[in-house]
Amino acid sequence: MGRQLMSLTRQDVEKIAHLARLQVTEAEMPVYVNSLSAIVDFVAELAKVDTRNVEPMAHPLVGQRQRLRPDEITETDQHEKYQLNAPKVQASLYVVPRVIE
Amino acid sequence: MMLHTLSIGELAKKLAAKQISSLELTNHFLERIVRLNPALNAVITLTAEQARREAAAADARRAAGETGLVLGIPLIHKDIFCTEGVRTSCGSRMLDNFVSPYDATVVARLKSAGAVMLGKANMDEFAMGSSNETSFYGPVKNPWDLTKVPGGSSGGSAAATAAGLAAFATGTDTGGSIRQPAALTGVTGFKPTYGRVSRYGMIAFASSLDQAGVFTHSAEDAAISLRAIAGFDSKDSTSVDTPVPDYLASLNEPMVGLKVGLLKEFFEGLDARNAALIEAAIAEFKKLGAQTQEVSLPNLPLSVPTYYVVAPAECSSNLSRFDGVRFGHRCEDPKDLMDLYKRSRGEGFGSEVKRRIMTGTYVLSAGYYDAYYLKAQKIRQLITDDFRRAFEQVDVLIGPTTPTPAFAIGAKMDDPITMYLNDIYTIGANLAGLPAVSIPCGLIDSLPMGVQLVGPHFSESRLLNAAHGYQKVTNWHRLAPAGFA
Repeated sequence: MGRQLMSLTRQDVEKIAHLARLQVTEAEMPVYVNSLSAIVDFVAELAKVDTRNVEPMAHPLVGQRQRLRPDEITETDQHEKYQLNAPKVQASLYVVPRVIE
Repeated sequence: MMLHTLSIGELAKKLAAKQISSLELTNHFLERIVRLNPALNAVITLTAEQARREAAAADARRAAGETGLVLGIPLIHKDIFCTEGVRTSCGSRMLDNFVSPYDATVVARLKSAGAVMLGKANMDEFAMGSSNETSFYGPVKNPWDLTKVPGGSSGGSAAATAAGLAAFATGTDTGGSIRQPAALTGVTGFKPTYGRVSRYGMIAFASSLDQAGVFTHSAEDAAISLRAIAGFDSKDSTSVDTPVPDYLASLNEPMVGLKVGLLKEFFEGLDARNAALIEAAIAEFKKLGAQTQEVSLPNLPLSVPTYYVVAPAECSSNLSRFDGVRFGHRCEDPKDLMDLYKRSRGEGFGSEVKRRIMTGTYVLSAGYYDAYYLKAQKIRQLITDDFRRAFEQVDVLIGPTTPTPAFAIGAKMDDPITMYLNDIYTIGANLAGLPAVSIPCGLIDSLPMGVQLVGPHFSESRLLNAAHGYQKVTNWHRLAPAGFA
């Protein structure tokens, strides 16, 4: 690809990766700088569209509202079943590295 | 016996007449999977023992007088659907060790109707891909040509259906992930209206776009299997509480007077051989009594860039749940919590998934939200308005499903934008939440191609009726790949 002016710098991608809580290896970094820049360039086309007075659309069905259910207990305690998938459990608690010193 | 070439309806008749049992049928498909799947890599988890138990149970239910079109019919679920007690990987190393504690609603409905799960289908990792090459379990091969991709993300479901490894398969479609692989493998792929089928237990990619559907050998089979999975579910907050019509009852209604819109933007720049196949399909619809007129959706060409802001944004939010704490992959010896998050996610996700998470994180981040995400949501509204106006003039829209037939494995993996453009004809329906179907319409270089029909919200009956009408007078949907006949 040679030396081209990229829309995103290595520092940008490092920051995005940190925000996304993703480790990106040294080998992966140039690939992401390249491809994320290409994607940002590709979607830049959207900026040219006139969207004055257009409401942003968050849901595909017009008039559809998110339902609320009654505030009643419907779930039974099945934590042992769910914790079978956990990487590390002790005394029914999820174990992570020390957070509070 | 060529049981794998029969339709669900034909198999149901044989089961009802006691000419075969579900156990015999299940064993037939299991034998085919064991023999043929190594060349395809379409099935990543085989549940043979459970399948035989379910088949025996279905036979017992039938012996007790129960009837039902999917009772005892074997199928394969895309590995995006949670299946209780069975690994649900979503094609990712992140969930390679995940055994679901519950069934997705789609799975539960088919189970209670007596359908038999043979196994779980390979897929692009977290449904992010158009070639089934991003799977942690390796690419799926196209049964029509093992050097070609089957399309994606539901590539395993498509290849399994095309190769006769199951009577039908489930899939999901966020930007074309049912229709595109259906077209490239020569099967019928149906994506219902957003909200028609419950998303509960379907691992989320982009929640405002994701919708479950089916891969079948015909529109008639799509009508049968869709009916079995559709309907209101209180466990999905976007499920729509509208009765499910009897899709079979309207299947044979005459098509006279059906107004078919030729999507101008879909025909601009279309490859000549592809255009010829679509024109031939349109000619068949005209012979069946349909009227055609050209319609224009001026904002439709913006659908791919719009999608590649909206979908990654939702993806980055949805996939934040994979934190290495409660389930999924955890790195070795994390030195602190940040290290645990970053390495667990860095190791657990493949490169395309990481690319989409980062794209989404970028477009949602402070200073860019308005310019990208909010802007894309507004353009999504413009595209949806275009469709609404088109459906004031016509009943259904017609066009190609894909720009080209199946491409070579590895051909597009280095260039994400080229890969994303595979879905140029399918993404619009997802942005607007519309039902759409791809049906086989011919061959290019001995590889199958699809024609796509898109309808207004909840027009599943009309789409199935039109697709079935076409399949009554054509034979493209009956073609099978040579090595898997």
